[in-house]
Amino acid sequence: MEVAVQDISDGIPCRREQIQLLVHLLGQGTCALPSSLFVYGPSGCGKTLVTLAVLKRLDIITAHINCIEAYTPRIMFETVLNQLSGTVLSSSNGYTSYASCDNLGDFVKHIKDIGRNRGMPRIAVVVEHSERLRDQDANIMPVLCRLQELTCSTNIVVIFLSSIPVDKFRASTGFMEPIVVHFPQYYKNEVMEILVKLKPEKYSEEFFKNYINLVLSVFYVATKDLPELKHQVQLNFQTYCEPIEKGEAAEGDMRQLWRNIEPHLRKAMNSVYLREVSSDQYERMQKLTEKNEPDHLLSNMSHNAKMELPFYSKFLLIAAYLASYNPARTDRRFFMKYHGKQRKTQAMIKAKERSSNQLVGPKPFPLDRLLAIFYSIVDDRVTPTANIFSQISTLVTLRLLTQIGGDDQLDSPKYKCVVSLDFIRTIARGFAVGVAARVVVSLFEEATGITPRSVGLTFGGLYSLDNEKPIATTG
Amino acid sequence: MGLKRQREDDEEGDGADDLMTQLQQHLRHNLTLWGSTHEAGEKLLSLYRSEAQHLEELMTRTLTLGESNSAMVLAPRGTGKSALLDTVLKKLERTGSLCEGFVVRLSGLLQTDDRHALREITSQLRLETATANKVFGSFAENLSFLLESLRFGSKESSKPVLFILEEFDLFCHHRNQTLLYNLFDVAQSAQAPICVLGLTCRLDVIELLEKRVKSRFSHRHIHLFPPDAFDPHYLATFTHLLTLPPDTLPHKDFAERWNSDVASLVEDIEVRRVLKRIHTTTKDVRTLKAILLVCVSGLSGENERVDAKRLTKAHTLLSGDSKTKLLHGLSFLQLTLIIAMSHLTHTYDGEPYNFEMVLHEYLKFSRRHSHTRPLPRPVVFKAFDQLKGLELIRAVEGNTRGTQREYRLYHLLVTSEQLSTALGTIQALPTDLQQWAVSAI
Repeated sequence: MEVAVQDISDGIPCRREQIQLLVHLLGQGTCALPSSLFVYGPSGCGKTLVTLAVLKRLDIITAHINCIEAYTPRIMFETVLNQLSGTVLSSSNGYTSYASCDNLGDFVKHIKDIGRNRGMPRIAVVVEHSERLRDQDANIMPVLCRLQELTCSTNIVVIFLSSIPVDKFRASTGFMEPIVVHFPQYYKNEVMEILVKLKPEKYSEEFFKNYINLVLSVFYVATKDLPELKHQVQLNFQTYCEPIEKGEAAEGDMRQLWRNIEPHLRKAMNSVYLREVSSDQYERMQKLTEKNEPDHLLSNMSHNAKMELPFYSKFLLIAAYLASYNPARTDRRFFMKYHGKQRKTQAMIKAKERSSNQLVGPKPFPLDRLLAIFYSIVDDRVTPTANIFSQISTLVTLRLLTQIGGDDQLDSPKYKCVVSLDFIRTIARGFAVGVAARVVVSLFEEATGITPRSVGLTFGGLYSLDNEKPIATTG
Repeated sequence: MGLKRQREDDEEGDGADDLMTQLQQHLRHNLTLWGSTHEAGEKLLSLYRSEAQHLEELMTRTLTLGESNSAMVLAPRGTGKSALLDTVLKKLERTGSLCEGFVVRLSGLLQTDDRHALREITSQLRLETATANKVFGSFAENLSFLLESLRFGSKESSKPVLFILEEFDLFCHHRNQTLLYNLFDVAQSAQAPICVLGLTCRLDVIELLEKRVKSRFSHRHIHLFPPDAFDPHYLATFTHLLTLPPDTLPHKDFAERWNSDVASLVEDIEVRRVLKRIHTTTKDVRTLKAILLVCVSGLSGENERVDAKRLTKAHTLLSGDSKTKLLHGLSFLQLTLIIAMSHLTHTYDGEPYNFEMVLHEYLKFSRRHSHTRPLPRPVVFKAFDQLKGLELIRAVEGNTRGTQREYRLYHLLVTSEQLSTALGTIQALPTDLQQWAVSAI
């Protein structure tokens, strides 16, 4: 048995303990299999890989299904029966499955038949993403746990793979406890050991290890997921080696290489890590920056390219944001030319801190308020034509505003602004400075607590948006 | 090629391996979670002597005298209802009375509908060809046809049938309880000699029956109460599971040594402590069997034995807190978010919070310890989303269509004890994170 463990561990590093446990539990030769096993652990830590490798090595006939693909019982049962009986769907048998089966009684009967026909071998059914089974019929999970009992004397084991622990599976009656095997997340040195194997031929191991250390120093805080880290290592290696290819630096020149790669890693964190661009697009972006192409080509590739809105729509959107996030009583202060002074008391500051609107979320506002704010922030005269109103409807269709309360309230519809502050900033930046300053400053005060005085009611107010200075509520 | 190498290796260590494989085979046979070995069956019969006798009597009367009966066997899960029934049936088979009748086994988990149940009965009575061309108006018609078909030519009444309904409480949820009504009706009116036995873990299953069904049931209850005492019953079960029956292994002295080792194991204080711990959690013998399977499967050499250390290790392996293990696998950013949420839960006394509030706490924390730049907002949101996928946080039920994803309210499902246990054992945790965690918990 130790020979089997050694063989499998040679192929799969850093998983020896789990491989040993699985091999021991399943046993060799023809001995009886346990009823059911439950393998859980974070995603990307080798559960499927190890389970399938162990089953293959121990010569157990395996059926492997994924509960995300097999979303109805019929698909699940037919796939399992096809795999266990060795039926392959092809044109010769007219793409018919082994048997048409949509309920558990038939499923159990067919498994008994298959077992008998194949001479009572050891059988395993591997169910991936088994947390999805909880959403299906209540009796599927209990039956799968007891499949060995219900097919009386077929030597079958059902192995559940999941990232959620078994405590969350005990919803229905009849659940029989499987034996639980935990796959822990890889440690940092184990990640290093596995990633070093990706080293291309040309470079030394020392060099590659340094590179991996650099990538991990940026990404390891955000994620310990091995496939994610592997992807980043592979994607950025070309850029890392660029100075060496061009002859600007040698292999040992750590600082030079780090200075070269660091902005690229930060950019990768903001784009590829978030899957906002595909890795293909990212590589093209890298090539463009090499050749120093103009900026607009780069920004076009990003998913978050800003939306082009008509002139008044932008003002409407900003007015909607202000209406959503500023409470109605402050409208007078911001948007009227002559208003009284308001002393801020300590109680008001504390109240603001606790339920700051930025934290709680946007509030609904009536149409009249939106139009009032709109007229006050637009400098030139605007006549209330149907054009303006239709632009509001367009904003709702674009999902930048949502309508609250349904279509039946025709005289005073309510809206809510569902875009983020970043989006508004991008839009406001596009304006001429004179217009923007007043909008922007009033926008910012309630949101973050800077008063006009601390910022200076000048164009400095516009630029303070870009520097994220530490903010303190002032009195 | 791998296969050939495996066979060569197997041939090498044949002597010792042979012994171990045989030992494993016997022990694994003992430790299957369902059914019972011959010895375990005998033990059950001796434990529940009167109940077994009652069952045997009921079945014998149906099989030999043609009486119709119905009864219910009630016991909590894992007590041995199915095993006891199987043992009694095997005994009847040995005495030869079982061949005079049929046994039809139905399960509430598999037959979720009365039509399926009827099809299953037809196939178990092997009457598919007889019913192939017939169309039945009602369930009762179908069932009576099936029972009629069991008549012999000259004999007065049909062959006796034993109906065994496992997970009986699930049959009560079928529409109109047709199957139960008809079976109990046939049993009570003695139209055909049948015996209906229901096995269930719900002790109040009678409440689930409709009035007309309840009136046709004979109200015969057979209760199996598992013995409560730790010593001697649980210890006896433990010994019994590990003992090799005599004459199973050809190496007699090995078997004797093994059995005496097991007997001395029970006297060990450490072993008793672990077993007591398991016993206080659950009396279900299947938990004990799973732990013993993990112990036993790890034995490799001829001289290895199950001892206290192995038992403790298996116990911790199978019963550790899974949330804590899950917390070990999180990235540092996700741990920061969880600590932030635990602070928020504490500050706001259990009110739910949204992503913006958690982000606010995270930014406050990273501003105080300014040697690390805070990660950008979308990265933090991705980490938060992954926590939702792992079900460590749960969204509050309500209207989610109108609110943006950043403003939906969540609750944290990790307690502060689990969090502090996990943080204590994580490798290479940054110290400021540790201090922040401890500061308000």
